[in-house]
Amino acid sequence: MAGVTITAVRKWFGSTQVIRGVDIEIADGEFCVLVGPSGCGKSTLLRMIAGLEQITEGEIAIGGKVVNRVLPKERDIAMVFQNYALYPHMTVRDNMSFALKLAKLGRDDIEKRVARAAEILALSSYLDRYPRQLSGGQRQRVAMGRAIVRDPQVFLFDEPLSNLDAKLRVQMRTEIKELHQRLRTTSIYVTHDQIEAMTMADRIVVMRDGIVEQIGDPLELYDTPVNTFVAGFIGSPAMNLVPGIARTGGASPGVEFEGGARLPLPRTARAVDGGRVLYGMRPEHCMLGSGASLPAEVVVVEPTGADTQLFCRFNGQELSLLIRDRATCRPGDRVALVPDLDRAHLFDAASGARLAA
Amino acid sequence: MAALISRLQDNRNVLGLVFLVPAALLLLVFLTYPLGLGTWLGFTDAKIGRPGVWIGLENFEYLWGDSVTRLALFNTIFYTSVASVIKFALGLWLAVLLNKNLPFKATLRAIVLLPFIVPTALSALAFWWIYDAQFSVISWALTRMGLIHQYIDFLGDPWNARFSTIAANVWRGVPFVAITLLAGLQTISPSYYEAASLDGASPWQQFRYVTLPLLTPIIAIVMTFSVLFTFTDFQLIYVLTRGGPLNATHLMATLSFQRAIPGGSLGEGAAIATAMVPFLLAAILVAYFGLQRRAWQQGGKDA
Repeated sequence: MAGVTITAVRKWFGSTQVIRGVDIEIADGEFCVLVGPSGCGKSTLLRMIAGLEQITEGEIAIGGKVVNRVLPKERDIAMVFQNYALYPHMTVRDNMSFALKLAKLGRDDIEKRVARAAEILALSSYLDRYPRQLSGGQRQRVAMGRAIVRDPQVFLFDEPLSNLDAKLRVQMRTEIKELHQRLRTTSIYVTHDQIEAMTMADRIVVMRDGIVEQIGDPLELYDTPVNTFVAGFIGSPAMNLVPGIARTGGASPGVEFEGGARLPLPRTARAVDGGRVLYGMRPEHCMLGSGASLPAEVVVVEPTGADTQLFCRFNGQELSLLIRDRATCRPGDRVALVPDLDRAHLFDAASGARLAA
Repeated sequence: MAALISRLQDNRNVLGLVFLVPAALLLLVFLTYPLGLGTWLGFTDAKIGRPGVWIGLENFEYLWGDSVTRLALFNTIFYTSVASVIKFALGLWLAVLLNKNLPFKATLRAIVLLPFIVPTALSALAFWWIYDAQFSVISWALTRMGLIHQYIDFLGDPWNARFSTIAANVWRGVPFVAITLLAGLQTISPSYYEAASLDGASPWQQFRYVTLPLLTPIIAIVMTFSVLFTFTDFQLIYVLTRGGPLNATHLMATLSFQRAIPGGSLGEGAAIATAMVPFLLAAILVAYFGLQRRAWQQGGKDA
């Protein structure tokens, strides 16, 4: 096993720069998730680690050894592709043993490794089937089996769950996490789904437009997003960002909104008087109440049973609200939104950067 | 009466039959009738200007003992197998080359298709000139380079003529094989190659274990067609050699025509043509059962 170090990596496709200087240090045995909207460069970065794309600039090292000029097959990595890339003309057994055969391992050894991987992944009874004859989840497991048998230094996952239906995705998510806890192999996992990132990762790398926005463990990203992009990307439903003006001159520093409503500053925030800011509050950190609040009108009520999601309109902006109880309000009601000041956020309106003490 | 017609017009089966009639008529008139007539003629002693009578297998018995027919059968099999193997090898090689990211990709592909577009009679004429005993550009070039001292008699010597016609046939047939295999190559997802390269496969191993097996179904189809076209080749031979020298390049198709039309023995010519059918069927069956359907293609439940 080995860690992966990415240093000042850049990538051009022709004249377009898709990776614009990325530094990431992934520890040995860590489960690292690269997450971001499509086109942010996360897959390209993964493919560069795999050796499927050239590195235009910078360095990637696996286990302390720079691999810029090393062929994919010599990097000792295994990759699970989005479409699984299972060889359709080979049985599950042949798919899993292909790499081992090419590596000229003994027949007994191959047999043993395939049997072990099949057992871990509950594929033992499917070894003689062709990929065509398997369900989506089973194919996914074969793709992982193909990676496991090689016992590589690093696993790479390229959106492996995006071809599965919602229910199976949740199940496979757990299986992959379990597998990692069992094997402890360094894993780099690319996804656009922030829930996958939050639930699986030891550490998350949020990317946008070829740069890293923030690196941290899941709760760190959730609690202290460094800018509005990360704030809006991590957490579901997304954080509400309400534009206002900081008023820190008086005795009670706060933020004033259009129409005169006023909220106290979030506990950790610091702002310049008169500065344009965005007041960030997660739907689950808002309550209906009174006092310092935002007056809003209920637009839609969505009960899920466990909790209720409210969509309210404030100054023409739609804000969402997640409350644990069953809501008694109805569309058209006037309500007052009260943020949890311990968990509210403040961002600079122009740069989007977090304003904190 | 009017009521009956309107009721029939509403009947799905009747309507279906009515719609089927034009196509069925076309097939009957232009496909089934000539084929049936040809086969029937093969069992008669028809000559030009005289309708024949049924003589059973007599034509076939006579032809089996006829040395020219036997030679034509040998020529056809030799011509077909050598040309097909070369076309396959060259076609696959070209397809793999064209599948790479080359500059001027579209132009190159168009150029490769050219021999296929030119009418056979025309390209055969060009080859006739290239193979000419006195004016052959190949002989000229080789003598100039000092490699040979005497012009090659391409079409005058039996074996030279066989290989010359095969070369012309290959030149004409390669584009079809190459372009079709190229289409097949493009259906293979690049992620298989990426997976294989991570699995440690060298380029040759990727070709051997990924490309070739995945291409097998298309190879089967292309080569079946190629074999059928080659086996029944007529135009090229007829323009280049007319079957000569000493019947060395007579194929069954050319011999059949020669016996039937210039020779006037319709029955005999038809019998030779009919004798080709079992070979063609065999080629189709081999391709169908041997190559085309593999277990991995037969989908179980498609999940």
